[in-house]
Amino acid sequence: MAITLTLNGRDASFDVDPETPLLWVLREAGGLTGTKFGCGAAQCGACTVHLDGVPIRSCITTVADVEGAKVTTIEGASGPVAASVQAAWRRLDVVQCGYCQSGQIMAAIALLEETPSPTDADVDSAMRGNICRCGTYQRIRAAIHEAARTMKG
Amino acid sequence: MKQVLSATPLVSRRSLLKGAAAAGAGLIIGFHLPERGFAQQSSGPRSLAPNAFLRVTPDNRVTVISKHLEHGVGIHTGLATVIAEELDADWSQMAVEPAPADVELYKNLAFGIQDTGGSNSMSNAYQQYRRAGATARALLVAAAAARWNVDPADVSIVRGTLRHEASERRATFGELADEAASFDVPGEVTLKDPAHFRLIGSDDGIIRRLDSPSKINGTATYGIDMSLPDMLVAVVARPRLFGATVESLDDSAARQVPGVAEVVPIPTGVAVLANSFWAALRGREALRVEWDETDAERRGTPELLAEHQRLLDEPGLVARRDGDVEVALARAAKTVTADYSFPILAHAPLEPVSCLARLTDEGCEIWTGDTTLTPLQMKAAETLGLRPDQITIHSVFAGGHFGRRKETALEAVEIVKAIGGRAPVKLQWTREDEMRNGLYRPMYLHRATAGLDEEGNVIAWHHRIVGQSLLGQSPEFAHFLVDGVDLTSVAGVATTSYNIPNILVETHNVDLGLPVSTYRGNNHMAYAMETFLDEVAHAAGRDPYELRRRLLSHDVREKQIDVLAIPEPMKAHIFAEHPRDLRVLQLAAERGGWGEPLAAGRGRGIAVAYAYSTPIAQVAEVTMTDDGFKVDRVVCAIDCGVAVNPDVIRAQMEGGIAYGLSSVMRSELTLSGGAIDQSNFHDFQVLRIDEMPEVEVHIVASDAAPTGAGEPGVVPVGAAVANAVFAATGRTFHELPFSRN
Ligand code: FES
Ligand code: FES
Repeated sequence: MAITLTLNGRDASFDVDPETPLLWVLREAGGLTGTKFGCGAAQCGACTVHLDGVPIRSCITTVADVEGAKVTTIEGASGPVAASVQAAWRRLDVVQCGYCQSGQIMAAIALLEETPSPTDADVDSAMRGNICRCGTYQRIRAAIHEAARTMKG
Repeated sequence: MKQVLSATPLVSRRSLLKGAAAAGAGLIIGFHLPERGFAQQSSGPRSLAPNAFLRVTPDNRVTVISKHLEHGVGIHTGLATVIAEELDADWSQMAVEPAPADVELYKNLAFGIQDTGGSNSMSNAYQQYRRAGATARALLVAAAAARWNVDPADVSIVRGTLRHEASERRATFGELADEAASFDVPGEVTLKDPAHFRLIGSDDGIIRRLDSPSKINGTATYGIDMSLPDMLVAVVARPRLFGATVESLDDSAARQVPGVAEVVPIPTGVAVLANSFWAALRGREALRVEWDETDAERRGTPELLAEHQRLLDEPGLVARRDGDVEVALARAAKTVTADYSFPILAHAPLEPVSCLARLTDEGCEIWTGDTTLTPLQMKAAETLGLRPDQITIHSVFAGGHFGRRKETALEAVEIVKAIGGRAPVKLQWTREDEMRNGLYRPMYLHRATAGLDEEGNVIAWHHRIVGQSLLGQSPEFAHFLVDGVDLTSVAGVATTSYNIPNILVETHNVDLGLPVSTYRGNNHMAYAMETFLDEVAHAAGRDPYELRRRLLSHDVREKQIDVLAIPEPMKAHIFAEHPRDLRVLQLAAERGGWGEPLAAGRGRGIAVAYAYSTPIAQVAEVTMTDDGFKVDRVVCAIDCGVAVNPDVIRAQMEGGIAYGLSSVMRSELTLSGGAIDQSNFHDFQVLRIDEMPEVEVHIVASDAAPTGAGEPGVVPVGAAVANAVFAATGRTFHELPFSRN
């Protein structure tokens, strides 16, 4: 039986094993490869997407769990907060290998949607689940603060 | 394309055709199947492709062909900067494409094979890419001069526009590419005077990483993202123990899993192929495999430690000898000694390795983030019974490297061969596979003993290192061993510039069945050297910074060294050029506030290293907490010669410091009865954002040739931090990671 959801603002329907993690449905059936596989165990954050605006780990969320929900991936990230975050990422050249960055950006957008002027402690608790093996943490922090500033205008 | 070829006497036709085929496929952005034979339009303006390293197309784009893999360090941006500089291109017209496998054209000049590693990408390619850019520039200028009928000397290029001032004529590269392609490629070209560099070394925000936009919006394509129609996804069941083989296999349940298409034994285990990753994983869970463990490595960490320990007590291969350490130690007024142990580590790039392979009648195509292209091409050909030129390798972005990116593609080749090439195969490793069946930084033990005279001068340094040889295990690099000494086990100790009259550095290569590989900034040598030096300074009643300054005040290259088991060609640059190391030490001390008072419970530590031909020093500040300590700040001074992209170098220092901290603070793998105990990031812990110190980077202005920048940042940080804790509390960490203590 097909599972339907709203994916990046559009209706989508997937005829897959309902136990399949959302991550693999997005990547393989949905062709949305921007969301990454890093651990498959909710340890690294590479697979972060938004479920009704809340950041979740798509590697441990089954596709059945998101039936009827709104899922946003990096490909669908939009709006003023997303724009500020991505612009700050670009301005500070945050990325290195880039592999963690879809997840980092999705986590940062969710943080700033909720907390428009985060403290360093807010950044730590919102971003601690996202590993970057290239070690771009200093720039991630700076870019979040910069995005917060530009959002204020 | 024919016309382009006629203007390219410098490269072979075959090589260029192969380059063009990959170039036409637009592999980085999106994914298309490369067209056979590269169908170049027969009419319309031509591109200018005077050498294997760049192409100027009529759409005014300059595409640089990067012989080095982009795994995060910014080499694509770096090589594009070098070419744009010589060409006087506008930064906005630059693009980069990975080179195909072609050892003749694209070898790493330091290794002799096509490979990215050892932090030498920029240093080996710098002059080569400068010449490539200057050549294209000369051709464009010649074409403009001919078109305008003026003296080439009166044609200038400003930000991608050719100009003739007197007649106020202008043309873009794109407009002139076709005409420029008709000119003979000059044999000799003049390179720019570095005093006129506008892009190399620029730090005003003009240069932004070229790979940034696609990595921010999710469109960047890594090995894991590749797909082909009708492709099967493969996962491999591998043994628990290194060296075990398949004894018996029952795949009946696995074949029942919906989506599973094939189950095939391969040399490394049993591959399960399915129409999706999830189905393949389910299929693997349903496999019943009995493993033959007769020849497997069964020792656990305690047994391995005991074996290393046994060797630590015995004299080893001599890596370096100056003077007579034994005599000096015997007459020393005071001796200090310490043993160190360093754990096995996983590289853990965030992208679990993967590879796509397709077998056709003509040959095999491989899409991979592996770095060692030449051996891969050779071995794949051998495996398939093909000629190397029938193996086409498409490099894609790698989600981190750190020494791990090799061997995966060969496994994919074995699988596609095992199914007779009936479908393209994407091999996918899981994180657990990476932790339990990957390649590792081996364990090492060190013993250091120093002798001090009555005045507290260091008169002897005896250092013994026990560990698996990294180079010895790899056929491509085994010839770098000298009298059995593996440089990668001893660099930083055997190559110290410290002016100590009597030095003996020995090493043992441990025979052990663990698959090992180089490790980003493999920092055990610098850690032992630099933390032990602080203990020596303490015993001598000296300030650690002042002691280092003194020990670096002479040029080591003038010292009498009796034995130095380092490959001959490397000897020329194995020691820091005096006084460049002293200068980074002083700079780090100055900017790090060395000697300034600190509040109680805080400490400051310093360490210096010469790594990947780059002198680097760091000052770390820590605050002691109830459950340990926090690293507050690291000030880093580096002299890597010409700093092509200062902001990229800063990023490498920041990232290297994070990677180095991970490896000393918390990460370790252990074995029980031969099997790795850890499996994922919950038990192999790495640095997260809340532990990242504030990093401040100072780059020494230099016009010397560029040297390593990807790995040096990793090297001194562990020691600088341990020294800071030692300064604050007197506590030492001889057993790593810190979390063990
Ligand atoms: S892949 Fe989901 S958290 Fe790592
Ligand atoms: S940029 Fe490489 S893992 Fe974050």
